[in-house]
Amino acid sequence: MLYGTLLVVSLYYLLPLYVMVVTSLKGMPEIRLGNIFSPPVEVTLEPWVKAWAEACTGINCDGLSRGFWNSVQILIPSVILSIAVASVNGYALANWKFRGSELFFTILIIGAFIPYQTMLYPLVIILREIGLMGKLGGLVLVHTVFGMPILTLLFRNYFAAIPEELFKAARIDGAGFWGIYFRIMLPMSLPIFVVAIILQVTGIWNDFLFGVIYTKPDTYPMTVQLNNIVNSVQGIKEYNVNMAATLLTGLVPLIIYFVSGKLFVRGIAAGAVKG
Amino acid sequence: MDTNIAIKNLDLSFGAINVLQDLNLDVAKGEFLVLLGSSGCGKSTLLNCIAGLLDVTDGQIHIGGRNVTWEEPSNRGIGMVFQSYALYPQMTVEGNLSFGLKNAGVSREQITDKVAQAAKTLQIEPLLKRKPRALSGGQRQRVAIGRALVRDVEVFLFDEPLSNLDAKLRAELRVEIKQLHQTLGNTMIYVTHDQIEAMTLADRIAIMKGGKILQLDTPNQIYNRPANKYVAEFIGSPTMNFFDGTLSGTAFSCPQGDFSVEGYEFAATPSAGATLLGIRPEHILTGDQAASAQVRLLATVDLVEPLGSDTLVRCDVAGQSVWARLDGQTPIEPGADLPLGFNANLVNLFSKTSENRL
Repeated sequence: MLYGTLLVVSLYYLLPLYVMVVTSLKGMPEIRLGNIFSPPVEVTLEPWVKAWAEACTGINCDGLSRGFWNSVQILIPSVILSIAVASVNGYALANWKFRGSELFFTILIIGAFIPYQTMLYPLVIILREIGLMGKLGGLVLVHTVFGMPILTLLFRNYFAAIPEELFKAARIDGAGFWGIYFRIMLPMSLPIFVVAIILQVTGIWNDFLFGVIYTKPDTYPMTVQLNNIVNSVQGIKEYNVNMAATLLTGLVPLIIYFVSGKLFVRGIAAGAVKG
Repeated sequence: MDTNIAIKNLDLSFGAINVLQDLNLDVAKGEFLVLLGSSGCGKSTLLNCIAGLLDVTDGQIHIGGRNVTWEEPSNRGIGMVFQSYALYPQMTVEGNLSFGLKNAGVSREQITDKVAQAAKTLQIEPLLKRKPRALSGGQRQRVAIGRALVRDVEVFLFDEPLSNLDAKLRAELRVEIKQLHQTLGNTMIYVTHDQIEAMTLADRIAIMKGGKILQLDTPNQIYNRPANKYVAEFIGSPTMNFFDGTLSGTAFSCPQGDFSVEGYEFAATPSAGATLLGIRPEHILTGDQAASAQVRLLATVDLVEPLGSDTLVRCDVAGQSVWARLDGQTPIEPGADLPLGFNANLVNLFSKTSENRL
């Protein structure tokens, strides 16, 4: 019964993926026949090549590759910067309580509940004023800021669960703010860093809203480019190319999950249960 | 007396809650002072203030003649041992011991020397390369003590260091800590809620309640001449028996009878009035001794608790429960009549209104 249910549910989830993979390996004439579930008679990788290197978005016809590299250039600094700042934030809020630290934390958390839409236009002005509008650096800044509430909460709760006496012992041993952070707290926090990395990589990679607003065609991230390819209304719809492009875009978060799935689960559990 | 730690008019409050109020305490060089009290009495808070882990609201703390009230914990010349050991889990025992020295910028050779020396003193040499998780509770606590030891500090602070250990190990480490104090001769302040640890280890005990020190004296004085009813009840197990009555001169009368307290050492000029007479279970006499005691009572045995070495007996004396500690070999059954007695030189008299010793 249990396995029956699991089987049905996994089929339900895997079927669209199957259709995507199968379609991306077919040529257009075969797709026109309409049997979307049938495996490809003639396997071709051409749609993948086209999606990566030749598909047209607007005036550029160099495929998703440009978007991919843009996304990488946005992703890496955003992930590193947001996690670095948020972990120090969380550490300070958990261990170095200062006057008003609780208030500060509350305000930060409220930030997580304000709808993004209300902040879009003010951010446009801010980015314009500091000269980062339309540049990759601007998007990095936006991602770093928007990742702050949830990541700080994550790190604060993790550090707060580390016994306070450990922190006291380190202070008596003469370690300062950074000494305790780097030598005591960091080595104990691998699981929560993995969780933070996964959250940020998937979140930033999959972001569409900020990407479409704060960049311009040259600096569009992969998701925006994917949308432009798939939603283009001119000419024939190349389903095989669209499927290949979508799979390519989804590959990065997928790989992250596969590589770190075990650590991810452990990190979530470590956050919940002390020790 | 050479004062090593002086605490002057210390106040600590969290918002509206006063945890410590106008607390004064002098600790002599080389002294072993135990802070004893039930949970929430402020003993651990006081220790954290001395360590510099809590900022005080008012008052001063001097260590070794230096005002350290606002010094960093690492600059106070203290080492601290915690209940949960607080060993750095990712470092080896050696790493744990040398962490403080590295932070202080001590040279590599000196670190090796000091770690080796501390490991030898505490007999943890074979464990140096292990991680804390591969150690037993007793070994971990030894490493924690070692971490204080390597730093050559004047003052050791212990925050309930044995509370996480089982009874047997606790007794062993208690002896080791006492021995360590005798060898090193450092000043030690030890927080505990365990009266046996307090009695066995301390040169002086400070009994705390509600952020105040109720009595600061030698274990002997605390046991024999408790300054007030709270201290009298807190120390000793089973707890002291109390008779509620009135005192006039050396005659104490209560519903259980009229007792003469001739021979009691009054703390001040005796005053008449409502009084509590306390007598410890182990000072209650039975058999022939009871017959010749100054005060005699007739009791009915109510409950027997054989401990092997002793037998604890709860008796009924004219409607009041009285605990007595008898020899473990005495055959006794509930329901039996038992003549009891005690002498006035071992009783404690407290004013019923102020609860202070008379």
